[in-house]
Amino acid sequence: MNPILEIQQLTHTYSAGTPFQRTAVEGVDLSVMPGECVGIIGHTGSGKSTLIQHFNGLLKPTSGHVLVDGRDIWAKGSDIRAVRFRVGLVFQYPEYQLFEETVAQDIAFGPKNMGLAADEVARRVRDASAVVGLDESLLSQSPFALSGGQKRRAAIAGVMAMEPDVLVLDEPSAGLDPRGRQEMMAMLGRYRQQRGATVILVSHSMEEIAANVDRVIVMNQSKVFMDGAPREVFSHVAELEAVGLDVPQSARIAALLRDRGLAVGEDVYTVAALARRLLALKGGGGVC
Amino acid sequence: MLKDITLGQFFPGDTFLHRLDPRIKLVCVVLYIVALFNANSPLTYGIMFLALAVAVILSGVPLRSLTRGLKAVYIIVLFTAVMNLFFTPGTAVGATWLGRHITAEGIRAAVAMVLRIVMLITGTFLLTYTTSPISLTDALESLLRPLKKLRFPVHELAMMMSIALRFIPTLIEETDKIISAQKARGADFESGSLLRRARALVPILVPLFISAFRRADELATAMECRCYHGGQGRTALHVLRCRAVDWAVLFLCALLPAAVITLKTLGL
Repeated sequence: MNPILEIQQLTHTYSAGTPFQRTAVEGVDLSVMPGECVGIIGHTGSGKSTLIQHFNGLLKPTSGHVLVDGRDIWAKGSDIRAVRFRVGLVFQYPEYQLFEETVAQDIAFGPKNMGLAADEVARRVRDASAVVGLDESLLSQSPFALSGGQKRRAAIAGVMAMEPDVLVLDEPSAGLDPRGRQEMMAMLGRYRQQRGATVILVSHSMEEIAANVDRVIVMNQSKVFMDGAPREVFSHVAELEAVGLDVPQSARIAALLRDRGLAVGEDVYTVAALARRLLALKGGGGVC
Repeated sequence: MLKDITLGQFFPGDTFLHRLDPRIKLVCVVLYIVALFNANSPLTYGIMFLALAVAVILSGVPLRSLTRGLKAVYIIVLFTAVMNLFFTPGTAVGATWLGRHITAEGIRAAVAMVLRIVMLITGTFLLTYTTSPISLTDALESLLRPLKKLRFPVHELAMMMSIALRFIPTLIEETDKIISAQKARGADFESGSLLRRARALVPILVPLFISAFRRADELATAMECRCYHGGQGRTALHVLRCRAVDWAVLFLCALLPAAVITLKTLGL
């Protein structure tokens, strides 16, 4: 299988040639396979947001290449808008970009820009709002009358309605309560399942990343610091803490128990897995 | 990117001009402009150019930034030059174009006007390049203080100015973000008829206005939470103080219009 998204030696410098010059992303190489669920974590200012804005051609690399389906999106004759329909990007706090008179019209903005027929647009609006769990009765309301959580769902539905094969989200659960976070992850899972789509998720929450993705990319100071399966990445507790990142609490507890000689494997990094492991140890007449 | 526009942008630094009292700088720019508008001969323009050159060197602003700042007014400069060349009455020299001809007086006037505009803009740019918006409004508030006796709301005006200036970069950033978000949904701002392009702005303007109102609301709440109640009895964190060097600069700058006007009356 060929990667759906490939980044080669990507470097991006803001305000080049002024006193405000700043390199946000430096020499990043990445490739993402179709259907993968990738989590990107890193500090504020580590270059995550700059990196993901290259995925759909919102930012042009200062140097390096971005390939979607193996084709350079900045090559001559490449249609950048078509790339944006294929790689959907949801910004942080997407509820601040709602503008239409009704929720349905706002969700339809993307599909309409694709030039789809009216009945196809209507179908996509229905499907997308079902995926994010927006009740049909809300579709005819003004987006500004919705609650905060509903606004965010509507905004994400607006990107999902374009039915992109790669869905990139910048901190989709920022500012939501624990239940809202869970529902957010559930709805991303639904979208992924229904469309077989690739999901790339930027998050600050290690717990969230640990429980939901099958590959973690750690950004630090404009570079890729680690890239691998969660069990592999979260077993490097010391390195992650050295660059000021947390590891999931459950991974830390597992590491501490491991240090004390308990048979807790490195594949234990979620609350559920840790609980299962501890119960097994106890039932088996372990140390505790 | 919108971010890259320089709108009299402040360049942080620690040069002689950066350290100068902002009030003095403000008054000096006014004196400079008065002198510039009185200059009318090669000698007086020479003096003005010398003064400006000294200021540019003292500011440490790279020449490239200055010329970039002038880019915005190239059209105006060009337009003024052409208008003066062809529409100043006098003795005709050289080319005739659409029934008008370049006059000797026209050439003189064009050169003078171009010099004047370029030097005016460079001079005022130096002020904003070396003075942060905050100290600029502080300076304005301090200079306008006498008007308080006439019940002129000096503090309120200064506060409004600082808030407005403070929010320009924030709103530019916000606009950038909204544009990106709508582009990600396939919005197209670059093609189509004028009407279509105007309509394409709706998805930007609506969220932008809403967020501006939200920010204003939040700011008002935050100010009230900190017991802001207007300028009554309010003191400054950084009290502006004029040092001897500031007075010396002011004196030198006051010499400029004095010299230029004297030379002008002497007909030099």
